Amino acid sequence: MIESATSGPQGTPLHTRESSPALWFADDNMVLAQRLAEWISNAAELEIDIALGNIALDHLGVARSLYTHVAETEGLGRTEDDFAMRRTEREYTNLLLVEQPNGDFARTMVRQTFFDVYQSLLWSDLAEAGDEVVAGIAAKAAKEAAYHLEFSSGWLIRLGDGTEESHQRAQDAVDALWRFTGELSAGYEEEWSAAIGATLAEATLKIPDDPYQRTGGRLGYHTEYLGHLLAEMQWMDRAYPGLRW
Amino acid sequence: MVIPTTLTLDKVRSTVASVVDPEIPVLTIDDLGILRSVKVEDGRVRVTITPTYSGCPAMGQIEDDIVDALESAGVEEAEVVVTHSPAWTTDWMSEEGRRKLAEFGIAPPTGESEVVCPQCHADSPRMVARFGSTACKALMVCSSCGEPFDWFKQF
Repeated sequence: MIESATSGPQGTPLHTRESSPALWFADDNMVLAQRLAEWISNAAELEIDIALGNIALDHLGVARSLYTHVAETEGLGRTEDDFAMRRTEREYTNLLLVEQPNGDFARTMVRQTFFDVYQSLLWSDLAEAGDEVVAGIAAKAAKEAAYHLEFSSGWLIRLGDGTEESHQRAQDAVDALWRFTGELSAGYEEEWSAAIGATLAEATLKIPDDPYQRTGGRLGYHTEYLGHLLAEMQWMDRAYPGLRW
Repeated sequence: MVIPTTLTLDKVRSTVASVVDPEIPVLTIDDLGILRSVKVEDGRVRVTITPTYSGCPAMGQIEDDIVDALESAGVEEAEVVVTHSPAWTTDWMSEEGRRKLAEFGIAPPTGESEVVCPQCHADSPRMVARFGSTACKALMVCSSCGEPFDWFKQF
């Protein structure tokens, strides 16, 4: 577990052992929003640029709502910014998949399809859950995830079943990201595998033979990429604490 | 006294209800269905709203606009609370809101197969982009008159 760090940059205690599903899901959405935002002004077409920006905004909104909910529930006076901007890499509990670099468009669409299928299953479940606030956030997020999935899986199918070049790039992306799907689909293995299997088949893409899986995101053990992402995301708040505009 | 005695609850409510969506200014927050309640407790006005989309960037602006509108009406202390439950749906949009949207040139929320062109009322438009000029809209083009238009997605 995460025990090494005992205090934050300004001597504030780090709640190093804190971990709750609401926080996991907030972190997933926060990190993926940041990744997708990297596409803004870089996509090949304006429509793609807008689509990825919009999807990023939805993820950011889910993250903000959940962080606020976690903060209000614990009642320690923390805000969404304390969670997003003032926690270290080891305190983030997002899935390894969402922190993976964008790569080319095929890799971003494979990552998104894997995640959207999981999110659709998760939010549909939580929309029926006991916690009223989470259920409300989930009911909204479930519809958004289904809409995102139409976009991401639609592109994955077009790329996989497209030209030789796009097919190869999509297959490379599946091969590279498959190792992060074990912890992603935990709890929804059957449904997730069935949905992804059908999409990959339609896209004429193969599930990799190598069963190797990397896990650890929920415990704060990340790949090398998260630290860099957080450094860029958090530097302004850390350089100018309390900055507002 | 933070609320002038001349101000009735009806007046407070209509002041809040007339605040417009900064991204679709033909619609008020009441038309959109995001205004859930207006209450006066111990001389303070408490307004509850629900976001349309998780990532709606207009929410912060709407909160500020509500407080400003109430201030202009003489209310000194107002609080805006955002609630996520139950989740907003396009079903909450008023008939009046749908009419205003269509007049403005935005197809109101309906099932994707029922979208009609707000200009020539032809059906079966083609979707150009699933994500349009704001989070709540998709971009369509009319297959009859050829005019591109926004469709307020049904959620």
